[in-house]
Amino acid sequence: MTTAASGLAALHGSYRRDERRRAATLAAAVLLLAGICLLDLATGPSALSLADAVRALAAGPSGSDRMAATILWQIRLPATVMAVLVGASLGIAGLQMQTILDNPLASPFTLGFSAAAGFGAALVIMFGAALPVAGWLLAPASAFVMTLLACGLIYVVARLRGTGPEILVLGGIAVLFLFQALQLLLQYMASPEVLQQIVFWLFGSLLKASWTSIGVLAAIMTVVLPILARDVWRLTALRLGEAHARSLGIAVTGLRRRTLICVALLTAGAVAFVGTIGFVGLAAPHVARALVGEDQRVLMPLAGLVGAVVLVGASVLAKAVSPGAVVPVGIVTAIIGVPMLFALVLRRGSGAA
Amino acid sequence: MAALELVGVTVARGRRTVVTGVTAVVAAGSITALVGPNGAGKSTLLGAVAGVLPCRGTIAMGGEPLRPHEVAYMPQSMAVRASLTVLEIVLLGRIERLGWRVATEDLSRAGDALRALGLDELAHSRVDALSGGQQQLALLAQRLVRRPRLLLLDEPTSALDLARQLQVLDRLADYARDSGAVVVVALHDLSLAARYAATLLLMKDGTLVASGSAGAVLTPAAIRRAYGVEVEVLKTSLGHPAIAPLRACPGAGG
Repeated sequence: MTTAASGLAALHGSYRRDERRRAATLAAAVLLLAGICLLDLATGPSALSLADAVRALAAGPSGSDRMAATILWQIRLPATVMAVLVGASLGIAGLQMQTILDNPLASPFTLGFSAAAGFGAALVIMFGAALPVAGWLLAPASAFVMTLLACGLIYVVARLRGTGPEILVLGGIAVLFLFQALQLLLQYMASPEVLQQIVFWLFGSLLKASWTSIGVLAAIMTVVLPILARDVWRLTALRLGEAHARSLGIAVTGLRRRTLICVALLTAGAVAFVGTIGFVGLAAPHVARALVGEDQRVLMPLAGLVGAVVLVGASVLAKAVSPGAVVPVGIVTAIIGVPMLFALVLRRGSGAA
Repeated sequence: MAALELVGVTVARGRRTVVTGVTAVVAAGSITALVGPNGAGKSTLLGAVAGVLPCRGTIAMGGEPLRPHEVAYMPQSMAVRASLTVLEIVLLGRIERLGWRVATEDLSRAGDALRALGLDELAHSRVDALSGGQQQLALLAQRLVRRPRLLLLDEPTSALDLARQLQVLDRLADYARDSGAVVVVALHDLSLAARYAATLLLMKDGTLVASGSAGAVLTPAAIRRAYGVEVEVLKTSLGHPAIAPLRACPGAGG
């Protein structure tokens, strides 16, 4: 059977070639991210050239040029690193939300997580002054807790009625309306000054980044990503639909619950520190999928990388648009996200993808 | 070659009992066809035996309960919307073994399964761009690559043209014979069932009403009782019964 043997050899060859091509795409995304991060570090209200920025970066946080060291290590680098982590978190959270809800329109915020975070922040901005906790920690902590509470509510619904996508979406919509109403109630009751603070918090902005918040988000990712990584093949198989996944011996209910909690943690970590940044979590998975297909071994890291590239890119753009006052990056991502998604949909429509 | 033993298998969906007390011994090494009218409980029985639906009664092979990796079950065909390639779909059949790097052996097994079903040309095509019949073949290849001791297929030929139907059933017969597995296939086409299955199980209203060879099960009287239709049972030149429908019986329970 030489034809069978040669056919098999050809199959091995083409599969390994495909694997190499996808690995090369990942490597290219890493390089692109590195380049765009450098660009981000070199732009900002204070004139620091790319060469200055690289020099300050190389000199370390206690470099001889105190001014450059402070700007780079205390202001710009935290914002850039936070943009990478938040973009990656939202990209991966969006991908897995689309996977477990079996819905290409899902994003990390589909199930009301951002409304819950916003309510949590608004709550302590209004009433938190009396609490004996540092103010900078209070809003993120409250936003984080409320996001997990929203996830808990959905989890209870799933526990009672099953984890089918329809049940999860219905539960999520209920949670979304609940927290949105509560948040509006607080805004209605708030004084003008407090209202302004709440609205400012709701705009996603990287100016809130600090080394502490980076540490917290990095810790969350260190816990969550290995859990998702262990499930790469199961999550890939879930895309075949629940019945087929089940018949492959996958415990679909447990997989959905576990993944939902991972998504909530990633989203909570991202939203708590920088506010609501839309569109990254919706668009990044689609871009990654169009590039490498649905094998989650490659798709998951690439969704994270694309999310990071989009958010850092948006940060560069935000600083370029208005060099003096930095536009909140959440607004920029939403605006540049729309043409990006349109381009993608049109490309698919013409059958190229 | 261990047979599949079912004793008093009863399945409820919600409050309704859909399958009642099915007891049967299903031989290994050849195809067994599960036939009966719509709503007879064929799919429910297959799901219960596969372990996807909870049931009462005992299900065993060679006196031992089945382990999940020994069973491959294909539910009735549903469109797949994932943009996975055919090869990736088939590889997922070996999900228990897949690691960060796909082993050469897994690729070879997948390649063999693709070849057996004539899918080699489509290995790198995205499955959401294929026809329903091609999707069905890809999903069948995924089940075969698991090398199960028990293969349960719910209407695997429903979307296929005649040549593909015969090809699939030939491959299933080969698989049953070569591996000594139990292969149960739910089929609507009684002539096709008679041509390929050594044993037929006829269900109606959730119970097993007849079992045995095609000649014994597919009599005009039995078909009239089960389906409420009048048929003529002819004989093909290969010696298998062939069912020629005449008319529906007015008033007969369908």
